[in-house]
Amino acid sequence: MSVRHALLALLSEGPKYGLQLRQEFESRTGEVWPLNVGQVYTTLQRLERDGLVESDDPEGEGPQKGFRITASGGGELARWLRTPPETVPPPRDELVIKVLVALRVPGVDVHELIQVHRRHLVQLMQQYTHLKAEHPAHDVGLALVVDAELFRLEGAVRWLDAADARLARLPAAGSAAAAAATAVPPRPGRRLGVRR
Amino acid sequence: MTPSLVLRQVSKVYGSGPTEVHALREVDLSVDGGELVAVMGPSGSGKSTLLTIAGSLEEPTSGEVLVGGSELSSMSRNDRARLRRRLIGYVFQDFNLLAGLTAVENAALPLELDGVGGRAARATGLAALEALGLADRAARYPDELSGGERQRVAIARAVVGDRHLLLADEPTGALDSVNGEAVMGLLRAACKRGVAGVVVTHDAQLASWADRVVFLRDGRVVDQTARPPGPESLLTPGPNP
Repeated sequence: MSVRHALLALLSEGPKYGLQLRQEFESRTGEVWPLNVGQVYTTLQRLERDGLVESDDPEGEGPQKGFRITASGGGELARWLRTPPETVPPPRDELVIKVLVALRVPGVDVHELIQVHRRHLVQLMQQYTHLKAEHPAHDVGLALVVDAELFRLEGAVRWLDAADARLARLPAAGSAAAAAATAVPPRPGRRLGVRR
Repeated sequence: MTPSLVLRQVSKVYGSGPTEVHALREVDLSVDGGELVAVMGPSGSGKSTLLTIAGSLEEPTSGEVLVGGSELSSMSRNDRARLRRRLIGYVFQDFNLLAGLTAVENAALPLELDGVGGRAARATGLAALEALGLADRAARYPDELSGGERQRVAIARAVVGDRHLLLADEPTGALDSVNGEAVMGLLRAACKRGVAGVVVTHDAQLASWADRVVFLRDGRVVDQTARPPGPESLLTPGPNP
């Protein structure tokens, strides 16, 4: 999430005060991404330093200080909106790493471990779905943010389902056999070009 | 309160000898009125068998099934059929509406089959359609309705009258995600009015509508979610909110 660009987007509608920016940010993301005041002001200071926003009073401070977007701020916002999010190279996924590691640890039942994570993810999805169900249908901001989380979590559950099925098909399922079957663990990072 | 559905040590074996298949193994499950439970599991885990046994469409090899407090195996075939018509509603992936009947006739069908007079049955069917926002579609035939509307008619038929138990097998499988969400919202609302609901699915998004998710694997219940904390717990700032 880019707080910087979210603030530029809010200022593209017209000049606003710091406190107002924080409130509008939270209401438009369905209050799923709360911001602290400090985050808002630090970001605004940096935007001002970079010439992307201007304030009424460059020396002043506090919630009543007003800001407006500059022409280069508008350009930066337009550029960011069209830039694909960072999806390549793939980020290291902690869940994937845990399952890969579990294959090598004696005494760990990988299917049981997968189920622990599956239950946790589905529980989290239940919370998001109930949040959506209990909010009015016209709260589009909330629905969009919650949908994004749900699809992300669903993706993780589907990966677990696939991993479960794939491991079950190994000659003698179980951690020891599974570990043997993947004697040389893949280095997905290197192969897929992860630099981190 | 007596749970609307109880499965006690239910097992189901198909075939015998070397071709024997254990579809369910000693399954315990209890669902209260007002509760929506999702049963999740991969293909072949026994989900659909669980649903057909809970709905008395099939008998278990061993174990007990109680619907509304009545034990199914102690009932005569006729009594079981009556219980199915009166207390249990089914929603299927492919809607299963009768093409020659209008929406309201489809919705009212279980009541008419149960001997309720035509006019009274239609009035109750219409009320069920109204509750699902379909009053203006009552006179349409299934082929004049969209997929989402057809599934809402199927839900109306499943909850019409005084149902205790609503059983659904992948009810949004044929719908896009927004229509699927509307259908799940309606199933959830039907359960909130006091019906016990069981949805079987392999889809986590669908399951996440439930109050409780039960995980099935190789015919056994292996795990279930706790009743989730309120959604407000998602709104507290965390390291990765």
